[in-house]
Amino acid sequence: MKDKSPLLEMRNISKDFFGNSVLKDVSFKLEKGEILGLVGENGAGKTTLMKILFGMTVIRDTGGYSGEIFLEGKPVSYKTPFEALDDGIGMVHQEFSLLPGFTAAENILLNRESTKNNFMTELFGDRMKNLDRKDMRKRALKAIGKVGVQLHEDMLISDMPVGHKQFTEIARELEKDNIKLLVLDEPTAVLAESEAEILLKSMKKLSSEGISIIFISHRLREIINITDKILILRDGRIIQEKPTSSTNISEIAEAMVGRELEVSKREDVRVFDRTFLSVSRLWVNMPGETVRDVSFDVNEGEIFGIGGLAGQGKLGIPNGIMGLFPGGGEIILDGKKIGLNSPRIALDSGMAFVSEDRRDVGLLLDEPLDWNISFTAMQVQNKFLKPIFGNLIKWRDEKAIQNAAKGFIDALEIKCTGYSQKAQELSGGNQQKICLAKAFIVEPRVLFVSEPTRGIDVGAKKIVLDTLIKNNREKGTTIIMISSELEELRSVCDRIAIVDEGKIAGILPATRPAADFGLLMLGTAPVSGGAE
Amino acid sequence: MLKNDKDNVIKFLETNLVPILFVIIIAFALPLSGFSVRYLFNEIIVRLVRNLFLVLALLLPIMAGMGLNFGMVLGAMAGEIGLIFITDWNITGLHGMFLAMILSIPLSILLGWMCGKILNRAKGREMVTSYILGFFMNGVYQLVVLYGMGSVIPIASDSIVLSRGYGIRNAVNLTGIRQSLDKLLPLKIGTTLIPVATFALIAVLCVFIIWFRRTKLGQDMRAIGQDMAVAEASGIDVARTRIISIIISTVLAGFGMVIYLQNIGTMNTYNSHEQVGMFSIAALLVGGASVNRAKIGNAILGVVLFHLMFVISPMAGKNLIGQAQLGEYFRVFVSYGVISISLVLYAIRKQRDKARAGIALADAQEVRD
Repeated sequence: MKDKSPLLEMRNISKDFFGNSVLKDVSFKLEKGEILGLVGENGAGKTTLMKILFGMTVIRDTGGYSGEIFLEGKPVSYKTPFEALDDGIGMVHQEFSLLPGFTAAENILLNRESTKNNFMTELFGDRMKNLDRKDMRKRALKAIGKVGVQLHEDMLISDMPVGHKQFTEIARELEKDNIKLLVLDEPTAVLAESEAEILLKSMKKLSSEGISIIFISHRLREIINITDKILILRDGRIIQEKPTSSTNISEIAEAMVGRELEVSKREDVRVFDRTFLSVSRLWVNMPGETVRDVSFDVNEGEIFGIGGLAGQGKLGIPNGIMGLFPGGGEIILDGKKIGLNSPRIALDSGMAFVSEDRRDVGLLLDEPLDWNISFTAMQVQNKFLKPIFGNLIKWRDEKAIQNAAKGFIDALEIKCTGYSQKAQELSGGNQQKICLAKAFIVEPRVLFVSEPTRGIDVGAKKIVLDTLIKNNREKGTTIIMISSELEELRSVCDRIAIVDEGKIAGILPATRPAADFGLLMLGTAPVSGGAE
Repeated sequence: MLKNDKDNVIKFLETNLVPILFVIIIAFALPLSGFSVRYLFNEIIVRLVRNLFLVLALLLPIMAGMGLNFGMVLGAMAGEIGLIFITDWNITGLHGMFLAMILSIPLSILLGWMCGKILNRAKGREMVTSYILGFFMNGVYQLVVLYGMGSVIPIASDSIVLSRGYGIRNAVNLTGIRQSLDKLLPLKIGTTLIPVATFALIAVLCVFIIWFRRTKLGQDMRAIGQDMAVAEASGIDVARTRIISIIISTVLAGFGMVIYLQNIGTMNTYNSHEQVGMFSIAALLVGGASVNRAKIGNAILGVVLFHLMFVISPMAGKNLIGQAQLGEYFRVFVSYGVISISLVLYAIRKQRDKARAGIALADAQEVRD
């Protein structure tokens, strides 16, 4: 093996999106039949790295990458995913790309069907060939056999349980006879434990047959069990590259979450005596952020954090409670039951929401700042309205609106030319402050803040977080903050819930070490004091 | 299990709401009309001969996920232009009919290719685009037929040219080819004449459609119909395949129009094609087809039910409230109504499928209790 070149080598790969660097000097080798575990937080660069390998058009459209890729010693640079497929690299995506109305066999052989000639072929070319169903079934069964599962080749995808869909997808890649390298992006995320075990077993089998596998997962136990080598990415760099045998779960978790920064000075743990908001058995159908059977209590005056990796459902919680996505369960606010599925009911009951989607949900981009700030208050609470003709018509009270806007612009240090500037002309950080002002002005009893610092610069981050803390301390607003940045949650919140696979994996006081939260995020056993 | 049975019944009612409604309407109107069974049987045979080929021309684009091809009007125009030429050249009988079909092919391919190109730029809005495209091309057709023919395009026969010297008359007499196909292999059952040759041609088309579904191209179309992105990712040339499906549909519509008009025997130069598009689509939907799912059976059932209602509703109207116009009014009213209902049902079903994921989540919680 030593003298032969490795199956895949990526050398000094760097990539930036418009000056924003996402991969820095990443190099690694993958031998034939080896299983490589690729781990890292969201935004660490895993997906981008794989996109570069596959020649996804988005990479070229954004200026290409630097560095070299060698496949079996030969330099390659794919312009489209099809070229990568031709060279024997297969990928199973996180989202299914199966046709629901086709059978397993039809999906496995999609666009690679077995065909037979007929008289029309002479006239109109190859696409008029008949499908050879018998041969297709045979090939599909062979591919399913390679995965090592019981799958009915004639079953429609739409009738299949989710695990079988995943197996079908893998079988599709294995059906290509030249397959050398298989990239599996979170393949076990949708599987039940027993199914995941079958998949891991078949991965072992494939690797023994000489197929190399890149396995992306955040379930560290699986990574440890199955891989030969583990690559940890953080902020676009390789933090650690070690044979699996010489590392362990907590080392990986720490390397992944990293940032052994001292937690910013926190005051002593605050004690609360009254449950204010009680969420029980909440489910939310938010595409990509599904919430399953979530229950938690928030105390009056508390700052409660919700963290977890992207796509695990943390964003679904506030969006569901505020009625923006369909959901069910029970929400009790200050002893009163609050109906779901209606933003109006949620707002009327004194809850406010600063959405992670600033541009689409948060702001009226074409309108001036003062309108943006006062809009919800005007709609929901009849603030800033002057009655005319004995309440027959309500007129906007421009003066009051402007004064309120001025007040917030000063208090939150919003950089703008004045209250009449349009919202879209502000920077991301200042837009976020406008969103906060819009929420503060209705004086909510419970404020949901979702990803408040996403996409804004460091200085603005601090102001936004300080603003939240100040509002909490001075007005006593109960705040529920959802963020992907654990450090941010730990510096602001009193308690933090970690969401994993749509459920609460555990709720811990913010003073606990970062590694504890890291372990919860990665689906490993909660340390203690977990909710479930 | 019981819940399952109930679900299945509801699902059946939901997918077949339109045909069920029609059966109910017909069941009420049939005794009121007072027609004999023999007469109705005769009428149904005539309507099947006339319309079935046209309705079947709609199936392929539905399979390719492009919805109801309102653009079939383009093919109908091509067929009409073929018929104008053979009438002018005075080629009669079967020869004339088949020549008209052959003449329509290049025109249909050109129009279908153009239509397909445009629809590829309007993915997801194919139906409204092809509908408006039909209106637009109607203008072009009028320009060519009303001003071009007899002036730029030589037309010799005085009988079809307007007295001013150019432009085609509003009605073109097709006596030369009238029922030439229908009467080729006549079969008499009682007093009813069964045009065996026409049915044979329709049967050939049905076999073609079934066979086509089993080809590579057919499989590609089905794949595109379900999910364009997935098909694209697997290397299928989506844009080209969609254009092919529209071209085939347009060519078939051209043939269908020739068959339709040879049965009637006169051509309403400026209106025939307009009605044909709407009535064909309405008939297919009455047969239980939807925007994304249509079978040969839907086409046959649809033509029978839809036209049966047309036949009986004037008499039923007359006998009920003494007005025969009710039937004519019904025709248009029902056609648009059926298309509207089908489009709304399709949208509702799509939304419900989305909500199903939420219900599944709630159910999953229940199970754990």
